[in-house]
Amino acid sequence: MSDGLWRSKAGHAVLWQVATVGLVVALGYVMVSNMLDNLASRGIASGFDFMSSTAGFGIATSLIDYDESSSIGRAFLVGLLNTLMVSAIGIVLATILGTAIGIARLSSNWLLARIAGAYVEVLRNIPLLLQIFFWYFAVLRTLPSPRGSHAVGNAVFLNNRGLYLPGMETGPAFWTMVAVAVLLVTLPVVRRRLGGIIAWGGGAALIFAACLTVKWSLPVLTGFNFRGGMVLSPEFVSLLVALSTYTAAFVAEIVRAGIQAVPRGQVEAARSLGLSPRDVMGKVVLPQALRVIVPPLTNQYLNLTKNSSLAAAIAYPDLVSVFAGTALSITGQAVEMIALVMAVYLAISLSIALGMNLYNRAIALKGG
Amino acid sequence: MKISRYFTILSAGIVWSAVASAATLDTVRERGWLSCGASEGLPGFSSPDARGEWQGIDADFCRAVAAVVLGDPKKARFTALSSKIRFTALQTGKIDVLPRNTTWTQTRDTALGLNFVGVYYYDGQGILVRKSLGVKSAKELDGAAVCINAGTTTELNLADYFRKNGMRYSPVIFEKSDEVVAAYAAGRCDVYTTDKSGLYAQRLKLRDAANHVILPEILSKEPLGPVVRQGDDAWFNIVRWTLFALVGAEELGITSKNVMALKKSAKDPRVRRFVGTEGKAGANLGLDPDWALRAIAAVGNYGEIFARHLGPQTRLKIERGINRLWSDGGLHYAPPIR
Repeated sequence: MSDGLWRSKAGHAVLWQVATVGLVVALGYVMVSNMLDNLASRGIASGFDFMSSTAGFGIATSLIDYDESSSIGRAFLVGLLNTLMVSAIGIVLATILGTAIGIARLSSNWLLARIAGAYVEVLRNIPLLLQIFFWYFAVLRTLPSPRGSHAVGNAVFLNNRGLYLPGMETGPAFWTMVAVAVLLVTLPVVRRRLGGIIAWGGGAALIFAACLTVKWSLPVLTGFNFRGGMVLSPEFVSLLVALSTYTAAFVAEIVRAGIQAVPRGQVEAARSLGLSPRDVMGKVVLPQALRVIVPPLTNQYLNLTKNSSLAAAIAYPDLVSVFAGTALSITGQAVEMIALVMAVYLAISLSIALGMNLYNRAIALKGG
Repeated sequence: MKISRYFTILSAGIVWSAVASAATLDTVRERGWLSCGASEGLPGFSSPDARGEWQGIDADFCRAVAAVVLGDPKKARFTALSSKIRFTALQTGKIDVLPRNTTWTQTRDTALGLNFVGVYYYDGQGILVRKSLGVKSAKELDGAAVCINAGTTTELNLADYFRKNGMRYSPVIFEKSDEVVAAYAAGRCDVYTTDKSGLYAQRLKLRDAANHVILPEILSKEPLGPVVRQGDDAWFNIVRWTLFALVGAEELGITSKNVMALKKSAKDPRVRRFVGTEGKAGANLGLDPDWALRAIAAVGNYGEIFARHLGPQTRLKIERGINRLWSDGGLHYAPPIR
């Protein structure tokens, strides 16, 4: 740097970068101010005031209290939670199913390997939207109407309105006891002080006591539909099935590639040490394969989450359907609402990526 | 594939498009064709026929405007729009006029930078149920599952109606109307609700149409009309007076068959002003004297359009009802041309 900023190579690099950043900022400024001018000149309302106005529409599935008199901001939250719910469960299912199929593809059992191969080829080569429609309408058509439900006792009912299960109504007492039980069992300090048997026994007793405080509500057929209990809607189930089976096909390939990336010598060495096939897979191959698997797996998790926005096609009330759909048609403020939805998906994706990167760092080879 | 992508494109339109938009009439003339928003297939309003030509009163209204401003009804082109994106398409200038069975509401008229020019179909929200359900009135629908199209006034009216009557419902909301019908047909819902005219049209898509019945209740007022962008009064006037010309012609007994003859022979001063042999109605709109004549020659008067696409002779078999002229006890009333 002795030659000053203008002469040195490093100085040039800095100047270029400053110029680039400046250009990007200026472009962003032009975009935003032009947009605001446009909105104003066309008499279109702008701003986020709509978030506190009354929604006025109903939402079928909600994890939190919501009714028509709630605000649009609340509806946003309902949609967001529905998106997170289907994505989170979908990721877990896709990982389990995908891992199983990936391992099956490498099985020495000819039939099993071929079935797993066929699964991967069929599922990943059909557009996801079609698969969602297939699951939705195929499932709907075969199920009976509420009056002719398939029933297990008088607690579980299956019909074309969904799967009705007994619902739990939990109070604070329930959650306190569950929390104490979990602490008893998981905290090493407590376990050492009390001894394992007492800790586990106490935990089990607390869980049992907690279950006694729960009020169970059974679904009952009233009028057209069942009331009470808990319901898994056909929309939720078919979206979940489609997302997880589709993504599982990709996960399976990633798992297979990861396993094959572990040198054969490792397997042979493990076998010659007398490890069982189960231990060879669980203790030698998979831990090493994970280092190859995790980064591309992150991609699949992100895809699954983003693909969940196809929910709007089959009436699952996710973020896009509720907020960028129904609420948008009320307020008409497309720019703000779409920007918000995009920001939310970006935030979800970045959080997943962050979590997976931390995990990846934890399992990476140390000091190498 | 993702629905949000459409929005992104349309939002980008608002972000990037130039502030000063030229007068729509000039833009349309320069381009040489009129861009209209249509539905994704609603028989009687706008749906493509076997030859791929758009048919229905939405489509004919668009052709009338094309005949008025460009002299040729064939210069109307259609873009199929979902309920959700229709307003954005108009706001960003992708289309010039939106005649797409769109309900005139206060919010849409005031907060979206748009203006409704009038009403070409007085509709109301109806309810379709299976006959086997044994329901006689909408008041018996407590707890029903309801199939609805996303992004419509229907969704909100339904919520209001159930709230007002202290009933509960479970909404099943689809992006496209074909999926709404399919889900209803598959038994996912007890009820399918949309504008009554739409129910007549969509019922045709059900394999067992005769087993479904439309309940007597009307849940809401749904005045359907064409929409234009706010702030271009000349264009607003042209589209509005095209609508008045269609209705006024029926009142004056001017039809697609006699309009040419009337141009030469008419004695009635009202008719003479209409066909442009007297007065300067055309000049006031920035058009030539034959403007209204061309609209009627192209698509006929309102009564003819209604009979062709919705009336008792069509598959939809909708009665004129409140869509008769004011002089027959209906609601259609066009101000005089003078």
